[in-house]
Amino acid sequence: MIEVKNLYKSFGEIEVLKGIDEHIMKEEVVVIIGPSGSGKSTFLRCINLMEQPTQGTIKIDGVDITSPKTNINQVRQKVGMVFQQFNLFPHMNVMDNITLAPMKLKGLTKNEAEEVAYTLLDKVGLREKAMEYPNKLSGGQKQRIAIARALAMNPEIMLFDEPTSALDPEMVKEVLEVIRELANEGMTMMIVTHEMGFAKEVGTRLLFMDEGKIIERGNPKEVFANPQEERTRIFLSKVL
Amino acid sequence: MSVWEIFFGNNRYQYMLEGLKFSLLVTAFAAVIGIIIGLVVALLRITEFKPFKFLKEKKYLGRLADFNPFSFVATIYVDIIRGTPSVVQLMIMHTVIFGSVKNVPKLVVAGLAFGINSGAYVAEIIRAGIQGLDKGQMEAARSLGMSYSMAMYYIIIPQAIKNILPALVSEFIILLKETSIVGFIGGMDLLRSANIIISQTYRAFEPLMAVALIYLILTGIFTKIMRIVERRMRVSD
Repeated sequence: MIEVKNLYKSFGEIEVLKGIDEHIMKEEVVVIIGPSGSGKSTFLRCINLMEQPTQGTIKIDGVDITSPKTNINQVRQKVGMVFQQFNLFPHMNVMDNITLAPMKLKGLTKNEAEEVAYTLLDKVGLREKAMEYPNKLSGGQKQRIAIARALAMNPEIMLFDEPTSALDPEMVKEVLEVIRELANEGMTMMIVTHEMGFAKEVGTRLLFMDEGKIIERGNPKEVFANPQEERTRIFLSKVL
Repeated sequence: MSVWEIFFGNNRYQYMLEGLKFSLLVTAFAAVIGIIIGLVVALLRITEFKPFKFLKEKKYLGRLADFNPFSFVATIYVDIIRGTPSVVQLMIMHTVIFGSVKNVPKLVVAGLAFGINSGAYVAEIIRAGIQGLDKGQMEAARSLGMSYSMAMYYIIIPQAIKNILPALVSEFIILLKETSIVGFIGGMDLLRSANIIISQTYRAFEPLMAVALIYLILTGIFTKIMRIVERRMRVSD
């Protein structure tokens, strides 16, 4: 479903991604771990072209999204993204946050969009917050709304960029719960995370990145139990 | 001489009314020009227009790759205007630029000078209002599939306006007060009208106090409007 070939990305002089090759299948839940600065967020952000790769190709469903001919806005409608800082639109209430894109981009009527929104709000357990503004919500609630907002476009792939890193500890669980449910439903996902327990439990595959490369990949339980690479071993010994 | 006579003897209050009208007209004229220039200049400054990008790999010309001519010109304009006194700008407009043109109304000369002056400040206010927003907002909008212009229209500009409006109103309060220097080019504004009354009555206190009071009332009204607008917009904060 996602084919990444020979991906490089530099910011000015600094090379962040140094040749990534990866093939992600439908319904996979790929968790990406690694030390900070290893390029895992940048890798994720390349998948929906939040960052423009310096070199290499990314194909989604066979369409090369790095080609200049590709309409990037259409690609992004198929690839939802959830950010560390939630990035809800503070000048709109929860309902408008969720319905804006489906109405403007997919031509849904207000009623249709709101129906979708309520279904998703039920899913994340926040139906009663529909008319609130984001500043009235806790971090965990904001992130669950952000997930609902991304799902409202009915994406085929969801990208999570450290979805719980900005949360107070007691709110991490409610967000992970929502992501876990999505995984159970068969959503194709890529998750950059520092939650090792969650990665082990929910991930169908794990990528360990360091210094802009994928160092090790495999079944999360196996990698955690028996890492093959020295760098993976050192990293895991520090975080577990 | 009674206060009544100072202002109403010989219908002298008419000078003040004329002066007030002139001051307000110059301010309004300048504000319109200032907003138009400000919008254009702010957009020029934030565009990502880099026509020499293709030189990136070249050794010596490489540094040209990041050069943005629009932003460069806009920055020079802002720096020159903010770096010189407005009296000097007004005098240049009057004696140099319009120096050899006869019968140009003072209102036009002053309006242009103050408008061009105000444009630089308005541009900075607008630019700061847009760039001060969390860049995650643009990213979130784009990640949903919105185009740059859609994201600007639905997400960035509504939030930026909230940052911009209060600062814009204070810029126009400053502009209104600043117009009291048009006497330098012979403009018949509020302060000049007070001077005429002073020369006729040999009384300085009352006319000058009246001018100060009128300015205070006008800026007070502006400030009040600004506070109401601010409160209305705070609903979602």
